[in-house]
Amino acid sequence: MSFLEINSLDIQYKTRKETIHASRNVTFNLERGEILGIVGESGSGKSTVANAIINLIDKPGRITNGSIKLDNIECCNNENIIQDIRGKKIGFVFQDPQTSLNPLFKIKNQLVETIQTHLDLNFFDAEKKSIDLLREVGIENPEKRINEYPHQFSGGMRQRVVIALALCCEPDLIIADEPTTSLDVSIQFQILKLLKNLTVQRNLGVILITHDMGVIAETTNRVVVMRYGKIVEQGNTVEVLSNPQSNECKSLVMSVPPTNKKIERFKLISPEGDEITNNSSNLTNSIIQNWAVREISNEKLLDFKNITKIFDEQLFIRSKKEINKLKALDNVSFQIIEGESFGLVGESGSGKSTIAKIITSLIKPTSGEVFFEDLSLHNPKNKKIKNKYRGQIQMIFQDPYSSLNPRFKVKEIIAEPIKFFQKGISNKAIQKNINDLIDIVGMSRQSLERYPHEFSGGQRQRISIARSLATRPRLLICDEPTSALDVSIQAQILNLLKDLQEELNLTILFISHDLPVVRQMCDRIAVLKNGKLCEVEKTENLFNNPNHQYTKELISLMPKIESIYS
Amino acid sequence: MFVVAFVAFSLFNYVGDPVHNMVGQEASAEKREEIREKLGLNDPVHTQFLRFIGNAVQGEFGLSYQLKRPVSDLIAERLPATLELVFISALIAIVSGVVLGVYTGINRDGFLSNVILILSLFGVSLPTFVIGILFIYLFSVILGILPSFGRGEVVDLGFWNTGFLTLSGIKAIILPSITLSLFQMTYIIRLVRAEMMEILQTDYIKFARARGIEKNAINFKHALKNGLIPVITITGINIGTLVAFSIITETVFQWPGMGFLFINAVHFVDIPIMSAYLIMVAFIFVMINFIVDITYYIIDPRIRIKEEVSSE
Amino acid sequence: MISQVINKIINNDIGYSFVKSKIAVISTIVFLTILICSAFAEFVAPYNPFDPVTVSLLDAFTPPVWIDGGSTNFVLGTDQQGRDMLSTMIYGSRISLIVAFASILFAMLLGTFLGVTSGFFGGRYEIIVMRFTDVQLTIPSILMALLVDGIARGFISKSLHNDMAIYVLIFAIGISEWPQFARVTRAATLVEKNKEYISASRIIGLSNFLIMFKHILPNIMRPVLVIFTIGLALAIITESTLSFLGVGVPPTTPSLGTLIRFGNDFLFSGEWWITFFPAIFLVVLALSINLLGDWMRDALNPKLKTR
Repeated sequence: MSFLEINSLDIQYKTRKETIHASRNVTFNLERGEILGIVGESGSGKSTVANAIINLIDKPGRITNGSIKLDNIECCNNENIIQDIRGKKIGFVFQDPQTSLNPLFKIKNQLVETIQTHLDLNFFDAEKKSIDLLREVGIENPEKRINEYPHQFSGGMRQRVVIALALCCEPDLIIADEPTTSLDVSIQFQILKLLKNLTVQRNLGVILITHDMGVIAETTNRVVVMRYGKIVEQGNTVEVLSNPQSNECKSLVMSVPPTNKKIERFKLISPEGDEITNNSSNLTNSIIQNWAVREISNEKLLDFKNITKIFDEQLFIRSKKEINKLKALDNVSFQIIEGESFGLVGESGSGKSTIAKIITSLIKPTSGEVFFEDLSLHNPKNKKIKNKYRGQIQMIFQDPYSSLNPRFKVKEIIAEPIKFFQKGISNKAIQKNINDLIDIVGMSRQSLERYPHEFSGGQRQRISIARSLATRPRLLICDEPTSALDVSIQAQILNLLKDLQEELNLTILFISHDLPVVRQMCDRIAVLKNGKLCEVEKTENLFNNPNHQYTKELISLMPKIESIYS
Repeated sequence: MFVVAFVAFSLFNYVGDPVHNMVGQEASAEKREEIREKLGLNDPVHTQFLRFIGNAVQGEFGLSYQLKRPVSDLIAERLPATLELVFISALIAIVSGVVLGVYTGINRDGFLSNVILILSLFGVSLPTFVIGILFIYLFSVILGILPSFGRGEVVDLGFWNTGFLTLSGIKAIILPSITLSLFQMTYIIRLVRAEMMEILQTDYIKFARARGIEKNAINFKHALKNGLIPVITITGINIGTLVAFSIITETVFQWPGMGFLFINAVHFVDIPIMSAYLIMVAFIFVMINFIVDITYYIIDPRIRIKEEVSSE
Repeated sequence: MISQVINKIINNDIGYSFVKSKIAVISTIVFLTILICSAFAEFVAPYNPFDPVTVSLLDAFTPPVWIDGGSTNFVLGTDQQGRDMLSTMIYGSRISLIVAFASILFAMLLGTFLGVTSGFFGGRYEIIVMRFTDVQLTIPSILMALLVDGIARGFISKSLHNDMAIYVLIFAIGISEWPQFARVTRAATLVEKNKEYISASRIIGLSNFLIMFKHILPNIMRPVLVIFTIGLALAIITESTLSFLGVGVPPTTPSLGTLIRFGNDFLFSGEWWITFFPAIFLVVLALSINLLGDWMRDALNPKLKTR
């Protein structure tokens, strides 16, 4: 008999149009002392299953069938039993530490209240227990910090507090739903290490839900792979990841960017087992004719010189205080050669997006200059020429859900830049342009008549790419273009970008926090930390022989799927 | 405050000819000039403004055009009436509003909740004066148990006169205060309800449930405290609205308060009263805003203690 | 063709929600009925109560038809001057609706303009506009309207005032309501402004004006519509309150509020219908608009999805 037994779990959501099966026939077990990972892309049902275990599924979802046994006690759908168990036998950790804690109560109160709900302790004992807990999860000076409010803790610290709250009544089962997804790589490493230690020290059973294969490889003992509500494969982590049996799992594993080498393209298979080739490689002659493909000149295209950007909050009074000013970039310089793929890597707050905004003239630098083909981008005298050059720099963004105007049809979205730059162009020419563009990004012509909300995230990114190519740019800036996409879709988009770069001789500035992705996409990489440039190096040199301490740290801390082989 | 004072001042001086209004049409030109001199209307503008402020601070507002009495006396007489009315109404509105709002927020689909909601919609659609008339008709004319106008007997406590200490005074305040509070109460109910519903869907409430904390504790401790924050601002504004709406209620019930005074002043273009009323009201608003800000400071720790971003 | 349109409406989420909510349907029907009746008052009302020819003092104080002394000529009775109640109400509602619509339209245009521009451009301009909005929001609309009206009375002589009263009233109510629009549109603009499709438009090089008009504006219309509807109800109530207090529309073109004021004097002497019917009419009007706005607010609010 296992510690946790889930059998034939079925969960349904009834909407007015249809019934959605969030999970079908889900069956798996968990023992004490082991970490079980549940991995799957968005919509796979992993979170729903977790919520079902503590009976907190959002309405109108319902568990329609199945059994959940904890220590041989049946608790599926039984609110009375679950109410006792929640917190006492099962601890839950949510994804976002920012919103998990009640902002108006001190940490002490939140901890003590939880303890006193389940255990019979007086206030002082409960407080003492709380302080010990905080120390155990790695918070320094817990006696002082217990009296603080949530907003006084940073993201990683807050997640530790959340873990402490989940542990405080001595539960045997911990369920962590994407606990490190919104944290930086270095903090993620520490939190996962903490979880592993706690599992061993307290002999817990842990379910870790994530979409990140690297995390699965490094943290879990066994893994359950889900897709569209069904379990497609489960077993020992090393076996599943090194030798996936099912097609779905194979396609998932193949989409993960390797961390130890560079591949030209992702070899993709669809979950049904067929190979996916990119439609974009079928560029017709007419497109190449229209495009007037440029020759690669191997000259300096973009010169980012000594840029410093300081954000000043005060508007009416010039503030002398440094607190109000934010130094986003500090004397950053680099150059991009035409035809190359240049990567910009850094964690949140490093200034990567600021760089993108300065190059596209969305914001002005405080000091320093940016030269595009020897033309200064921010010099006001060259306004007319500057406008002409505007079309040559384009950008695609991170969030596919906010990068397209929901009120415009796809064809209007793509046509807008064309109409703007070629005033007086005939409708027929516009239509031809649009058709070419939608073909290049691998989508059907019918998509032109539809609205953005009818498409998935990956398809929306393709539309974004089509829009950005409409003005025949020479420099394409990609600001975290795949960070919001599932791993398999990410692989397709990355393949597409690479194809486009080759066919159209694009120069790409690729910005991301995800090192393996940048390794695949770029020839040279710049590493950014807190607004300062740490180093700029050719990709392979950077990964095999990093110079800067920070780079070394990033590379060693990033979760690697290859770790199962070590 | 300054802005209001300036507006009031310009009203005072430039709208209509004050001398004309005071003296009537038959006065000769010399008489007018004399009065102008006496009132200091020929002095440069900034002098007049400063004098105005100086007078205002001392409570000296000049004479009412229409009633020929010092405005400050009029206000002193009427102020307690209005303030008592507003106070009771605010109490009724806030207490019942919050209680009902919380109830309907927690029991979203209950029968009683729906009934309360429908009634609250009525409350928003019924103009205050209609409610007032309805009440008067119902309780005074048909049932005859409550007075339909006036304040009842009043006890004089030096500079304040109160109706709370006499039975007739209490009887008299019931209808007007309920009338006045109705509009605000419905507004508060809907606001609190919306807040509660939104909060109950947040992550930290979900996390609290996942930790096994009891439903009551969640509803009344966690959710409520967060829900009250926006309610406080709105309440502050509401008290101001109550002061304004008291104009209507006082008219319907012929309650001898400042609002009644003001309406008559508007009718007769009695500038001194109008400007004095403006200043009083503005003063009350500023005080209320101030108190609201302080309350926010006390309740929300995020404002009190600056965010620290500690490095790991 | 019609069936196509109806199908499209039902398939649309919002349309479905509308058709399913009986309240929304009923209140829309009621509101539209009143609207049409008052627009075509000359054809709908049995009499023109402001035409001295048709009015006779002999008919004064006739009770409604179901009470002794009533007559089928005047279904809801007559007032103290012999005017038919039903007709005065229909004409009166026309005045109320005109004032309300015009003032809210004014408030919407002014408020939306200020809100969108201040949200978009930010900087000192935004801070100044927001200060104005905040200050004005603490002043209740009644007071604001009274103030503007009072000042106008001071400036304009009495006879001219009567003619201009309606415009003054529209202006007064509009001035008191614009901050609501400004605040909501500014908040919505701030949200949209940070979305990436706006950045994309900027990178293309579209002018600020184009971005605001073509991209931002269509995406913030939802909350504006809700505030418009609710503001309409509020404007009707405000106007009737002001008229009741005697500082609204001139007595020659009475609105529902004025009618209630007239009738108030006769409440105690037993002729209750002179006040009662206009009051009910007013409440029904306000209620139907409020119900519609309420439904709209829930239907258009993405946060309160219960599927």
